[in-house]
Amino acid sequence: MTVVGIDCGAKNVKALILEEDKILAKSSVLSGFDQKAAAQEALDLVLKDASLKKEDLAHITATGTGKEEVGFSLGTITEVGANAKAINSLFPSVRTVIDVGAEEGRAIKINDKGKVIDFAINEKCAAGAGTFTETMARALEIKLEEMGSLSLKSQKAVPMNAQCAVFAESEVVSLIHAKHAKEDIVRAVHDAIADRIASMVRKIGIEKDVALVGGVARNIGFVDSLKRDLNLDLLIPDDPEFSCALGAAFAAAEKAKGG
Amino acid sequence: MGDKYKTESLKCWDKAKEIRLNYYKNFAEAHEKGGLRWAGGAWSFDAIPAGLGDDVYPLTGEPYAASIAWNKDFALKCHEAVEKAGYARDLCSYMRNYWGSILLNKYAFGGDFPKPDFIWQDHICCSHAKWYQVARDLEGKDIPMYCIDVSIGPFEELTDNKLDYVVGQMHDGIEWLEAVTGRKYDDEKLIRAVYDHCRSESVWAEVCALNKTIPAPLDEKTMYSLYVHGTLNKSSKVVADFYEELLDEVKDRVKRGIAAVANERCRVMSDTQPPWAFLNVFRYLEKYGCVSVGSLYTFGLIGMWDIKEDGSWGPRKTPQEEGIEIKDRDQALRILASWELNKPEWQHFYAPQLKSEMMIRIAKEWKLNGVLLHYNRGCEGLSLGIAENRLALKEAGFPVMIFEGNMGDEREFDETQTMTRIDAFMESLGLEK
Repeated sequence: MTVVGIDCGAKNVKALILEEDKILAKSSVLSGFDQKAAAQEALDLVLKDASLKKEDLAHITATGTGKEEVGFSLGTITEVGANAKAINSLFPSVRTVIDVGAEEGRAIKINDKGKVIDFAINEKCAAGAGTFTETMARALEIKLEEMGSLSLKSQKAVPMNAQCAVFAESEVVSLIHAKHAKEDIVRAVHDAIADRIASMVRKIGIEKDVALVGGVARNIGFVDSLKRDLNLDLLIPDDPEFSCALGAAFAAAEKAKGG
Repeated sequence: MGDKYKTESLKCWDKAKEIRLNYYKNFAEAHEKGGLRWAGGAWSFDAIPAGLGDDVYPLTGEPYAASIAWNKDFALKCHEAVEKAGYARDLCSYMRNYWGSILLNKYAFGGDFPKPDFIWQDHICCSHAKWYQVARDLEGKDIPMYCIDVSIGPFEELTDNKLDYVVGQMHDGIEWLEAVTGRKYDDEKLIRAVYDHCRSESVWAEVCALNKTIPAPLDEKTMYSLYVHGTLNKSSKVVADFYEELLDEVKDRVKRGIAAVANERCRVMSDTQPPWAFLNVFRYLEKYGCVSVGSLYTFGLIGMWDIKEDGSWGPRKTPQEEGIEIKDRDQALRILASWELNKPEWQHFYAPQLKSEMMIRIAKEWKLNGVLLHYNRGCEGLSLGIAENRLALKEAGFPVMIFEGNMGDEREFDETQTMTRIDAFMESLGLEK
């Protein structure tokens, strides 16, 4: 049985084809202004990659902030539910899932069956999500991809006090003018976002093992900051930004089986 | 999803609307009838000004500000007017709506803002302490104002001296009312108002207690339009009689198995004032077969409760039911103060665990599956300690969802994000649309 999970996120739409427990193909396209078109493009790409047609699919389940925009989906699941399913399958020992995407950060507590016990989502604020890092990269005039490795070169912790992305940008400019090393400022940015995320995770209570997913999990500088803040190791899947899409695919498979 | 239960509209719905609109109209037109207007909080002891005559009409600030909040365009104009006048955006949003209405000189129910002849307030939270002082400044400093301090601690620690402190202020307040209005005070009218005050609050509690029934005869969105009468004028005969009528109808709904939500399969409660411009949140829950059966807020702001013989919460007996005949002013004031200081929604101002205990009681007795907590940035008084309430509820075994918002300022509410959270919460409870 072949199914698709599609995660219509704030910045990227990710699609994933699952056949039984095997991932056949993945695709990711920019969401842009037209999420509907982006979702279609992501589906077309992933089908092409797997040499399949839409008719070959037993079910399609959508998730993500734009899940209702995915007109061709046959069902939906929330990002919280999708992550729980994905991580329970990838890392059965995990009880706490941290998902940091472009727009939102969320923490999810699950049981050994992958059932959601509690969750927390960051509020109307960019300071706890990937957009924050992007804004800071622009202020520092470096590429987003360079942030992680640069951060690890830091020798000095520089405190960043601003709670808000807008004020934080001003603070970064002040730190640049104060002649702080760029790598120290980058680390300060990562420490700040990690601090917000860690605070959110503590609201639901941290129970080991802990997994980190979402696009920001690719940022090794942020991962380092979060590990230090939580004082524990983090399990990160190979393609952390596809966690929601994978969970949606599992949900699609359950639906196709009549679950 | 098929309907499990029969449902039907409330028969007294139109009457509820009519009473509310008449209230606001009466206040605006009081002077045309030779009457008086007074303004104050919904918590104020409104039975006391009733002793000045039957033509003395109140305007309570919180429900008036909630009416403004419901009208998003007008609310925004009020916020902008207040901010332009230099007041901070993070102050109580009810207070800001009210001030905005004064600054714009626009009454939410039509015409210019009707200035009160006097202000009769009590200080239950820090915003209430300043609300009418600023309102008076904005309206013109010639409006006389009297405030009663009720900060005597939780009811369980009430002593005779503390009660004397509040009652003493009430006695002074009556002399003050006579002085500023030039009217002779009528103790018989006070006694009648105290009886009706207790009757309103006891009967409302009985209505709420009927929501322990499965299916719930009332949903919270509907209850908001009913509890409000108690916040407008709880000591009036009109409100007390209306609650008796409502009680009869809700009893009949229970008897006939009439549900508020025909597909009820999940029961939750909320907390604090809702984001008034977005009551569709409650209709969204119904897509999952989820009914919000009330909250400590809807039950305990107007309802007066007592622990019954079986240990459960039920309506507190009124003085009449206790066989108490009120004979004079002092007795009336003592009963009024003692009754009101016992109000559930006042207790948590003193310690969050007092609120947690009451919330857990509701969650158990009303047979809830979960709780939706509104982290209400618009009311620091009722939001104080809410994170501790969340922990206590979770410890007691109840799943809790939180959402941030503002009762009176829609700029601080994210509708899409809230619905997404509800989706996740419902999913975690095993529910589908």
